Order: sequence, then structure tokens, then C-alpha cells
Amino acid sequence: MSRLRTLAAFLYDFVVGDDPLIAAVVLVMLALTAAIAGAGVPAWWILPLGVVAGLSISLYRSTRA
Amino acid sequence: MSSDSLLFIAVFLASAVEGVEAVTIVLAAGLTRGWRSALVGAGVASVALAAIVAVLGPALTALPIDILRLVVGALLLIFGLQWLRKAILRASGFKALHDEDAIFAAELAADRAIGREPRGIDGYGFTVSFKGVLLEGLEVAFIVVTFGSNQHNIPLAVLAALAAALLVIVAGVAVRAPLSRVPENTLKYAVGVMLTAYGTFWGAEGAGAHWPGGDAAILALIAFTLVTSALLGVAMRRRHARLPASFATSPPTPK
Repeated sequence: MSRLRTLAAFLYDFVVGDDPLIAAVVLVMLALTAAIAGAGVPAWWILPLGVVAGLSISLYRSTRA
Repeated sequence: MSSDSLLFIAVFLASAVEGVEAVTIVLAAGLTRGWRSALVGAGVASVALAAIVAVLGPALTALPIDILRLVVGALLLIFGLQWLRKAILRASGFKALHDEDAIFAAELAADRAIGREPRGIDGYGFTVSFKGVLLEGLEVAFIVVTFGSNQHNIPLAVLAALAAALLVIVAGVAVRAPLSRVPENTLKYAVGVMLTAYGTFWGAEGAGAHWPGGDAAILALIAFTLVTSALLGVAMRRRHARLPASFATSPPTPK
């Protein structure tokens, strides 16, 4: 059980990394892209926007005094 | 031009693109975390990949390619943004430049302190390399099976993919020495830009979006990621410069 927990912790740390916000933003933006593209509207611009938003917020959060 | 020639060229080029991504990741892991861990990671991933392809075989064509692109794109994007974030924090002075080396050295020292034989394999370097080779290799497997079965010539598709892999590996070995002179953080930054750009492209494609300009959009995404991260780097440097002297000499160490 503890090995499973260790493996789960390792996978979480490796995939999600230091800041869970980045993974969350990526997942939300992908879901938005799928929803908007599914409605037949161009959705290619959403992920680049997510890159700017996710990286900016993560950096400013990390460096808050 | 015969259909066989077209098949070979298409699979060769597509596999070479995936190969460049994988070799870039292995090179970065090897140069920054040690070659042993990176090469063992790449080797284990190759064996795992061979096992997956052997077990699943032609059933791979049944898996929706968009789902694979979505998953691979999401992982590449999360992974790339993590690398970019750390590289910007280091370049702006918010994070020590060689903290991962220090952590690795501390782990080895801790192993020795409790009388355990040091593992010798750096987990971070291993997994970075493993993941890069496995994910990109899976994409190559899909390309080979999809193109090959469409043209009823899987052996030729396999040959094209192997030729591309060989070329990319030889090129990777050739640029290893010059790359070792590039500062560690610059290398990580460059890999972060590449992973983010590719992740954005494949993630959006997998989610059903279509890029203006098709595959050429990857170049625009690389430029976009470079400019965006460079601007954020400048902003972070200014932010660090505004810190009181007590913080600037002893910067906070965000994770």
C-alpha cells in the first residue's frame, strides 16, 4: 500500500509538478477548446492564451513577497 | 513519384519530427542530470515501447488519434510550462541556478549517511528521458501503423521510421559536445519553449481545433512562446530588482 502511495505521489509530483495551477489551467483551456471547437467555432487561440495566463499567474504567485 | 516513395518520405519526415523532440529531451536530461540516468531512461522507454507495440500491434489503429494527441499534448504542455517557469525564476534571480544539482547531491549524501548504497540513477533525469522517449515513440508507432496500413506496406513504414530515428540519433550525438557548452538554464529554457509549443499544437488539435496554416503553425507557436516567456523574464527580473536589499541578497526560494 505504501508503495502504491509512493508511486501515486511520484506520478502526481512528476505530472503536476511544483505548481498545480499550471496543470489546472491547461486542463481547463483544453476543455474550453474542445467545447468551442465542438460548436464549430475556431478555437485554436484558446491554448496560446492559456499559456500566457497560466505562466504569468504562476510566476507572480511564486514570487509574491 | 510512386506511392511507396511517398509513404517512405511521409513516415520519415513525421518520425523525424517526433524523434527530434525525443532526442532534445534526452540531450537536455543527459547534459543537466547526467548521461547514465538519461540513457537508462531512454533505454527502458524503448523496451516499454517495443512491448506495447508488440502486445497491441495493429490494434493501435483502433485507438482514436485525437485522444492520443490530446493526452500527449496536455502532458507536453504541462511539462513545458514547468520547465519555462523554473527557467524564468532562475534567470530572474528568484531561484538558485543549480538547485536541482544540489538536491541530487543531497539525496546521494543522505543515502550514504544512512549506509545505503547510492542509487546512482537520478530519478528526475531518468523520468524526464523515459517520458520523452515513450510519448514520442508512441506517436511514431501510430504514424507507422496508420500510414503503413493505409498503403498496405507496414514494413516500408517501419524502415522509414528506423531511418529517421537513426538520422536523428546521429545528429543528437553530433551536437552533444557543442550543446554541453550552452549554459544549463538556457538549455532548459529552450526545451521548455519547444515542449510548450508542441504541446499547444497537439493539445489543440486533439481537442478538435484546427490551426491556421496547418503544421506551419508550430513555427509561429515557437516564436510566440519565445516572445511571451522573454517578456515575462524581463518582468520578473524587474520585480526581483525592486525587492528590498535584505530579500535580494537572500532571495525567497519558491518551489
